[in-house]
Amino acid sequence: MSDVIDRPTFEQEASAKTRLRIIDCDIHPSLHSRADLNPFLPKRWQEHLKTYGDHLRTPYFGTTPYPRSSPLIARRDAWPPTGGPPGSDLAFMRKQHLDPLEIEFGILQVLDLFIFSQQNLECGAAIQRAINEWQLANWCSREPRLKASILVGQDDTALAIAEIERCAKTGQYVQINVSPRANEPLGRRRYWPIYERAQELGLPLGIHVGGYGGHAPTGGGWPSYYCEEHQSNAHTMAAQLASLVIEGIPERFPKLKIVFIEGGFGWIASAMWRMDRHFERFRSEVPHLKRRPSEYVREHFWFTTQPIDEPDDGRHLRSLIEWVGVDRLLFSSDYPHWDFDDPRFAFKTPLTEAERAKIFNANARALYKL
Amino acid sequence: MARHIVARTTDIPPGGNKVVGIDGRDIVVFHVNGEFFALLNRCPHEGAPLDKAACVARLTSPEPGVYQRSRVGELLRCAWHGWEFDMRNGQSWFDPKRVKVRSYPVAVESGEELQKGPYVAETFPVHIEDSYVIVET
Repeated sequence: MSDVIDRPTFEQEASAKTRLRIIDCDIHPSLHSRADLNPFLPKRWQEHLKTYGDHLRTPYFGTTPYPRSSPLIARRDAWPPTGGPPGSDLAFMRKQHLDPLEIEFGILQVLDLFIFSQQNLECGAAIQRAINEWQLANWCSREPRLKASILVGQDDTALAIAEIERCAKTGQYVQINVSPRANEPLGRRRYWPIYERAQELGLPLGIHVGGYGGHAPTGGGWPSYYCEEHQSNAHTMAAQLASLVIEGIPERFPKLKIVFIEGGFGWIASAMWRMDRHFERFRSEVPHLKRRPSEYVREHFWFTTQPIDEPDDGRHLRSLIEWVGVDRLLFSSDYPHWDFDDPRFAFKTPLTEAERAKIFNANARALYKL
Repeated sequence: MARHIVARTTDIPPGGNKVVGIDGRDIVVFHVNGEFFALLNRCPHEGAPLDKAACVARLTSPEPGVYQRSRVGELLRCAWHGWEFDMRNGQSWFDPKRVKVRSYPVAVESGEELQKGPYVAETFPVHIEDSYVIVET
C-alpha cells in the first residue's frame, strides 16, 4: 500500500509532534451579505451600488467566468451550521479551524466582491476602505489571533496611499495588499509610490492570487476550463515576480518585503534560474539591476505554501523546498476554500523540526512582527 | 470479525449517511440506490471527513463535448480537494493502485434474525418488525 494511505491517524500524528503552534498566512473571512458593509460604506456609495451596481473588469456579470469546483469555492464541510457562507461565522471558524489546528495567528485575506476588479476606481476604493474597517470591527477586535491586511487598489495610487495612511495610523494592520491583476504589471513606475510608502511604514506588500484585471488571466488568452484557469494563478505570479525584480523594485526599495500568497512555490526555482541566466546576457539592458535576480528573490520575497505541490515522489517536493529555501516559505491553509491545505498532512515529505518551526511559525512571526 | 448493529435501515435516508464510532474509529455508512456501504470516515489525502463528501455519479467522456453518467450517487467526491472514491469498495477513481479508503462489509438483516445474535456494541433496541444495518469490522 502507498505511503498516502498508511499515514498515521490524526491523533497519533498530533501527539508525536512537539506542540508547534501555527501561523496561517491565508485565511479568508466572508461577508454574510453585502449589507454587512453598509455601516462602513458612505451613503453615496450605497446609493451608487444600488442604482448602478458593480462595473467589474470581468467578462461576465454577477458571476465568475468559470464554474468553480464547489459552491463559493469552499470546502463542503465549511458551511456554518448557523447559516451564511463559509468563512462568515467567527465562532465556527474558531471551532473548525483556529482551535483544533492550534493556529497562533491568522492573516486575513479578503476576496469578496471582486475587491480589486471595480472599474470605477473611486467606488473600488470606498469598498476597500469599508472592507478594511469591517476586518477590524468584525474579526480582529473579536479575535486577537486574526490580523488584517490593508486592501488597496493600486490603479489609483493617490487613493491607495490615502487608505494606507488611514489604516497605518491605527497600528492594527500587518500588511498592505495589492492585486496581481491590475492595469499594468506590478513593477511599473506608476505603482512605485505605494511601495515607497510601504517601505517607510515597514509593512510587507501582500499579493494574493485571483481577480480579473480586464486582461485574459493567462498570457495565452482565455482558458476553457476552471481546471485550466487554475494553472494561471502560478503563471500570473511568475509574471509579477519577473516584473518586480527586473523593474528593480528591490533595488529601489531595499527594505520592502513582498509576500506572494497562494501562488505556490514549485515554479520559483526555475524562474530564478532563468532570470539569472538572462541577466548575465542582457545586463546592459537593465543597468539598474546591481545583483543577480535570484539574490533579490532570496532577500526580498516570501511565498506562502498553499496550494502545495504534490509530486508522485515526495522527494521531489523536498527538492522544491530546498531550491526556493526554507527561509522564504510561510505556511498557509487557504481556509475555508476547497483547496485548503491541512498543516498536519499537506507536506508529503519529511521536514526537520527546525524546518517545520521556520515554515509554520518563525518566518511569518519575523516578517509580520507578530 | 465483530458485527455491529449501527442503525435501523430507516435511519439513513436514500442519499444520506450516518457516522458511527466503532472501536475508536469513525465509520460512515452511506445509503444509495437501495444499498448500504461503510467506509472509514477519513480521506486518505489530507484527512477530510467523508460524510461531508458529495455523492456524485461516475462521469466519463470519450471526447470533448460528450459525456456519460453512470452509477449515480455511488461515487464520493471529497469535501476538500475533490478526490473521488468508489463507495462500494473505497477505491480511488484517479489513482486506484495507490490510494484507497478502508471499507467494511455491510449487511441488512431483520430484527427477527438479529435476535439470534451474537453481536457487539448493540446500542439499538431490536424489534422483530424492523430491519437493521450491520457493519462488520
